[in-house]
Amino acid sequence: MSTFDFLLQGLGTAMQPMILMYALIGVTLGTAVGVLPGIGPALTVALLLPVTYGLDPAGSLIMFAGIYYGGMYGGSTTSILLNTPGESASIVTALEGNRMAKAGRGGPALATAAVGSFVAGLLATLALAFLAPHIVKLALVFGPREYFALMMLAFVTVAAAFGESTLKGLTSLFIGLGLATIGIDGLTGQARMSFGVPQLLDGIEVTTLAVAMFALGECLFVAAQTHGLHDKVEAIKGSVKMTAADWRRSWPAWLRGSAIGFPIGAMPAGGADIASFLSYGTEKRMSKHPDEFGHGAIEGVAGPEAANNAAAAGTLVPLLTLGLPTTATAAIMLAGFQQFGLQPGPLLFATAPQLVWGLIASLLIANVMLLILNLPLIRFWVMLLRIPRPWLYAGILMFATLGTIGVNPSPVELTMLLIFGFLGYGLRLYGYPIAPVVVGLILGPMAEQQLRRALAIAQGDWTTLVSTPLSASLLAIAALALVVPMLLRLRGKGQVLAQIAGDSD
Amino acid sequence: MTGQSGTGRRPDGAAFIIAALLAGFGAVLLWDASTIPDRGGYAGIGPAAMPKVVGWGLIVLAAATFLGAFRGRLADVPRQNPVPLILIGGGLVLQIALLNVVGFSLATGILFAATAAAFGKRNLLVTLPIGTALAFGLYGLFDGILRLNLPGGLLETLIYGG
Repeated sequence: MSTFDFLLQGLGTAMQPMILMYALIGVTLGTAVGVLPGIGPALTVALLLPVTYGLDPAGSLIMFAGIYYGGMYGGSTTSILLNTPGESASIVTALEGNRMAKAGRGGPALATAAVGSFVAGLLATLALAFLAPHIVKLALVFGPREYFALMMLAFVTVAAAFGESTLKGLTSLFIGLGLATIGIDGLTGQARMSFGVPQLLDGIEVTTLAVAMFALGECLFVAAQTHGLHDKVEAIKGSVKMTAADWRRSWPAWLRGSAIGFPIGAMPAGGADIASFLSYGTEKRMSKHPDEFGHGAIEGVAGPEAANNAAAAGTLVPLLTLGLPTTATAAIMLAGFQQFGLQPGPLLFATAPQLVWGLIASLLIANVMLLILNLPLIRFWVMLLRIPRPWLYAGILMFATLGTIGVNPSPVELTMLLIFGFLGYGLRLYGYPIAPVVVGLILGPMAEQQLRRALAIAQGDWTTLVSTPLSASLLAIAALALVVPMLLRLRGKGQVLAQIAGDSD
Repeated sequence: MTGQSGTGRRPDGAAFIIAALLAGFGAVLLWDASTIPDRGGYAGIGPAAMPKVVGWGLIVLAAATFLGAFRGRLADVPRQNPVPLILIGGGLVLQIALLNVVGFSLATGILFAATAAAFGKRNLLVTLPIGTALAFGLYGLFDGILRLNLPGGLLETLIYGG
């Protein structure tokens, strides 16, 4: 069957009323968390993981993907109206978008962000559908050594390639890798780092770590700031309609943003935040109105918003076809698959085609839902920005503990939540990125197993790791991605990289 | 580093503490790995290899952090207010301690009130009942409908019938 047939079949799955409802819940929640500053899609999926134990796998996964897409849409609203990005991939949107809002053009800014997200989401999801089967075929020749090389590349790009300091990124990654060794070794059954505490034999739950770091860490950080946070919500003045000139200037930016975002998400080259930053730079260079940049250029909103949605869809390519998460949200979604006993990767396309194609088709539908949620209903979301902080954060912590208690109501689990929460606060305080910790915890054991398998196959011969062109070049790219940014920083060109800092999603 | 190479700055105290913690974590990993009987088998490396690599990695990173502390500040940290940290941390500790005594709703209500207090809403007569009521509603939803196993107390047993 061709991709097109599979996609039609997937649409059949996706149009079932229950699945449509899951998708709707997902995109609504996603938009809400995108809008609310301080909580992002990674945290929301982590909070919902335990809650979905008893639900339908396909529906839950579709809901998670909806949250991811929705978060990318909603983040722009906060950036534009509040100048505080709702999630990390919308940092650049704030640059031009907030200026536009201050100049009374908040409506068109929101509109170009929403339509741009729609265009990019649609194109990138179709690209995902048509690319995935090819990568699956390629992935079938992947052995342990290729997977190991891919994971090394993912480690480097998540931890070291971008952000203000290689040292801090690597430190976060190694904390995650260290935490990952706690528990029973997957290949031999040897207990490691358990110190005789039986609860530690199960290892650190990804959900506990993610909830603690993202929810509790963020709450502690916001609460402990002595100077109050002065947020001013810009009112949407006038209509959200875009003028003909707005359309003319927006659509090339949407297409360019999609073209930049999708490959960046699809290759393990970082998340949506990096894509949106590169898109902003491109628009600034290509614009016919360079003087408007910094004063509310509409291309500066259209491009990055398209790019971050395209990158979110791109991230699903390595996740679904290789089982390789390249962002914190994708890492937690992988935990979501595993919770239902599903292992993403080439085999999933053969064993559960209905689920995979249903998921991809749902994303197309979710995109339409999101356009409706984010354009006519935008004023409703703006009201969310007016929830007083005490109630908001108290509610977030209530949900955070609910999830952890629900999975495992043991004091040990909650104590871990407490400890990791303060760890997350400390990391945030001293500018250490959080995402590498979560990615290290999930990918660490996978990389270790692939390495040991590869070496076992080669009877302990380490040269096996570079014995195929593919694995050798992947490792070489990983090495370059580690060394080149370090050299750039040494030569004082680090500011650019610092600005592309991947924060949480 | 935040870029400002400090000339004549004092070494950053926080960086020393972070370096010590990292080295400590690395040392624990190495110590634990040394107790694992490591038979490599066909691969030549066994279950102790990964903790050793990560342990040494952490020690190297600790050393780099330590050396970096002489070159400038680790980060520009704004002044932190410890009271909200104690309130939220204390709320969590109370929740953990009381969870199996008074049940999910009351314990979580305490956490809710503590967090609200940390953010400036200090009127416990308002926040505690609201938090408990919300948690009680969540208990009904998740324990009853989504079959999540939440610890119930007197309150939950009385109304939802255990």
